[in-house]
Amino acid sequence: MIELDGLTKRYGTKTAVDHLSFRVRPGMITGFLGPNGAGKSTTMRMMLDLDNPTSGTVRIDGRHYRELDEPLKYIGALLDAKAMHGGRSAHNNLLCLAQSNRIPRSRVGEVLDLVGLTAVARKKSKGFSLGMGQRLGIASALLGDPEILMFDEPVNGLDPEGIHWIRNLMKSLASEGRTIFVSSHLMSEMALTADHLIVIGQGKLLADTSMADFIQQNSRSFVRLRSPQQERLRDVLHADGFVVVEAGNGTLEVDGASTDRLGELAAAHQLTLHELSAQRASLEEAFMQMTAGAVEYHAHGTGTDVHGGAPAAPGPAWGANSGWGAAPGPGSGPTGEGV
Amino acid sequence: MTAPTPTPVPPPPYGYVSPIPVRRAHLGDALASEWTKIRSVRATMWTLGTMILLMLGIGLSVAAIAAGEGGGMSEESALPLGFFGMLPASICVITLGVLTISSEYGTGMIRTTLTACPSRSRVLTAKAIVFFLLVFTVTLVVAFVVATAQVAMVDAAEPTGAEWARATVGAAGFMAVLGLLSMAVGALVRHSAGAITVMIGVLLLPLVAALFMFAPALKGLQEVLFTYSVPSQMIALYSAQPPFGEGGPAGWEALFILTGIAAVALGGAYALLNSRDV
Repeated sequence: MIELDGLTKRYGTKTAVDHLSFRVRPGMITGFLGPNGAGKSTTMRMMLDLDNPTSGTVRIDGRHYRELDEPLKYIGALLDAKAMHGGRSAHNNLLCLAQSNRIPRSRVGEVLDLVGLTAVARKKSKGFSLGMGQRLGIASALLGDPEILMFDEPVNGLDPEGIHWIRNLMKSLASEGRTIFVSSHLMSEMALTADHLIVIGQGKLLADTSMADFIQQNSRSFVRLRSPQQERLRDVLHADGFVVVEAGNGTLEVDGASTDRLGELAAAHQLTLHELSAQRASLEEAFMQMTAGAVEYHAHGTGTDVHGGAPAAPGPAWGANSGWGAAPGPGSGPTGEGV
Repeated sequence: MTAPTPTPVPPPPYGYVSPIPVRRAHLGDALASEWTKIRSVRATMWTLGTMILLMLGIGLSVAAIAAGEGGGMSEESALPLGFFGMLPASICVITLGVLTISSEYGTGMIRTTLTACPSRSRVLTAKAIVFFLLVFTVTLVVAFVVATAQVAMVDAAEPTGAEWARATVGAAGFMAVLGLLSMAVGALVRHSAGAITVMIGVLLLPLVAALFMFAPALKGLQEVLFTYSVPSQMIALYSAQPPFGEGGPAGWEALFILTGIAAVALGGAYALLNSRDV
């Protein structure tokens, strides 16, 4: 259990983290979400006692980080992938960490095996790819077999197989009763892994909610239809009292209807359908809306954060496709049912 | 686990407890860790290897030249010849001292290190002890070999026991303490190139500046710089009487002065490391 109480960090006049209070509970994956520059990494550094808070406290199982006897056995952290000495082999990088916390030497081989780096254990970590560096960082976090694990953007630089692997790893670690705290700026990634969600923007807490609640509150579900007889289809739907939105590219979107009902309706009128699919407006967009508000709210105060053109622009800079509205772009916008 | 597992962690709701038994980490663990670090990077081998070559090469060459000249040194022993190898070798020690800590900042390793061992003082102490012992031991062996060769080669006065001690233990101590000063500067500056530059400046600049002080008004300053520059201290280390001027340091005093400076710098490094964000 990690408890943050009124955690604040100021750099001069800029407030990076602003009275942040929340709890990270054991046995589940807590997603820590915010756009770039929201204060996620600063918060995590303060949790690990690397940066000193301006005010407020962080408690790990009721204790300050510096009071932990052998910290790697309580909490393992992946901050950035290359926080290792490149001239040292993967094995030696882990060995010196293990020794400082009296972790048996055999454990180094175990974690290297666990992350799949045994073959390059004696190679200098300088030559590692981003993905391998990420795996080495995860190995260092797992070294003390800790109760709490913190990952800062763990999927960065990983290939699809690696992303799949880390998702499953986090899930299995959480199922053992561990506390998993993972930051990301990708809502879609969090939707797949996290049980609980903490959203910050401009250093302020925006949401502290379960993933299920967040999805329910923020996802708009609709049915997408595509037909060569689009005009007739629309008339039929109208006649049946459905609200139809034209989404471009010859697709229609209908809110609050089931695919069964619409498919039967089309069949009854002998209309050809090229597509009939249930869609859910992406959580990414809900998240962007939520944090865009925070960016706007603070724009006159700092104005230097998100390099997305005019500070008043609601579209934050990390997403290319920020068009939130009735027409999520095909492909990139909505996610399928699999959420 | 067969070991008794006293759980200092409060009972549930905390689900998972590391099966590796926990006890309070201490300096010994940090020393083991730092020893692994210093022996597992190439920089250590390169800087110390170069240092050994410089001390041996220059020490033996100078002895050969002195032996060729013959006589002239009958009142002194041959041990002060060790100085000529020590000066360039000190640059290697400075580099290693700085890199011992600044490379952690350069690579980001420092964050990992301090996550594993949140006590800044323990990390710095462990680094200082490991570095000091390594450099002291290596320099002591090499200085002894060079001194023995020089005494054997050059026809000069037989050195006394005190002279032997200063030329071996004293020289090794001087190098190791100079390295500690460099480590402290590395911790303060946190940038390898910057800290090495600062230390090379500390090593050579006072002497170079004094060379060009022609104005009579600067006479006093010039003398101070000559007497207390690091190379002059190295020469003084080998000499029983102050080699420069009346009141200058001689023998062990040179080492004590350097130790004082290194202690102040390390004190600053402790204070800053404890208060600063990583």
